[in-house]
Amino acid sequence: MIKKILYMIPAVFVLMLGNLTNAFAQESNVEMADALRADGKIYVVVLVVMIVFTFLTIYLVLTDRQVKKLEKDVKSLGDNK
Amino acid sequence: MIKLIEKSWWKYAGVILVYYTIIAGFLIHAPRLDILNETIRNLFFHVAIWFAMFTLFIISVVYSIKYLMNPKTIFDNMASEFGRTGIVFGLIGVATGSIWARFTWGAWWVNDPKLNSTTVALLIYLAYLVLRASIENEDQKARISAVYNIFAFTAMIPLVFILPRLTDSLHPGNGGNPGFNAYDLDNNLREVFYPAIIGWTLMGIWLASLRIRLKKIKNKIIDYSIGINES
Repeated sequence: MIKKILYMIPAVFVLMLGNLTNAFAQESNVEMADALRADGKIYVVVLVVMIVFTFLTIYLVLTDRQVKKLEKDVKSLGDNK
Repeated sequence: MIKLIEKSWWKYAGVILVYYTIIAGFLIHAPRLDILNETIRNLFFHVAIWFAMFTLFIISVVYSIKYLMNPKTIFDNMASEFGRTGIVFGLIGVATGSIWARFTWGAWWVNDPKLNSTTVALLIYLAYLVLRASIENEDQKARISAVYNIFAFTAMIPLVFILPRLTDSLHPGNGGNPGFNAYDLDNNLREVFYPAIIGWTLMGIWLASLRIRLKKIKNKIIDYSIGINES
């Protein structure tokens, strides 16, 4: 039994190695935007999207504040009654 | 949930998670897959926004049920505004999916069970807004639309999650297409995908919460003016 298990360990390793090399072979064949990444131009895209999102967020926060102000106004409205 | 809307820590959490999604989503290593190539990164936007839509619809239907058990105006406001924001997210999902389909499947729209049934589900939800707009009496509007919302939700489950899986579909995660398993196994993608879902969901809750608070203010003003007229 122990012997069988001991034999299995290298077999599993060989299988894993086979899978890994297979995966690598498959990976390098597929065309990806490697040049864009190598140029560093991908950071331009990230920066642009981040700026878009930043301004939208600021706008959202300002709207949130206005709503908060209105909530306060309405609260004092109820107290006067 | 209603009390949470007045707090703001989760809004910051949402913003940070979406920032993380944008940065890591573009920069992490993506698996090299044929046809998909770099478009796999749409997973963090298109798919995450669909998941966010689903969460918003769940919140919406929960408050519809709550309204039917205990008719409070705030429950109706929660249900309607979360439903509305969910529909907006659904429209984003369809639009982004269409673009993705054009560059991976070759057409803006294909007659695919997943695509068509999700469109039907969205149309059912759009009818929810039409229904709300068409009833003037506030109590009737709230009650009828709460019942309809439960119907819409229960119709959406088979349309989006069950029927497409019974047939063949181009869309990953359905029928004979095991596509999604391949990406799901990639732990790199998961590290961004799950935070992306939470981030977009929180942004959706934020948008809905603003409208809910405005409705609350409106109701208070109406109550106040009624009080003045009576006295």
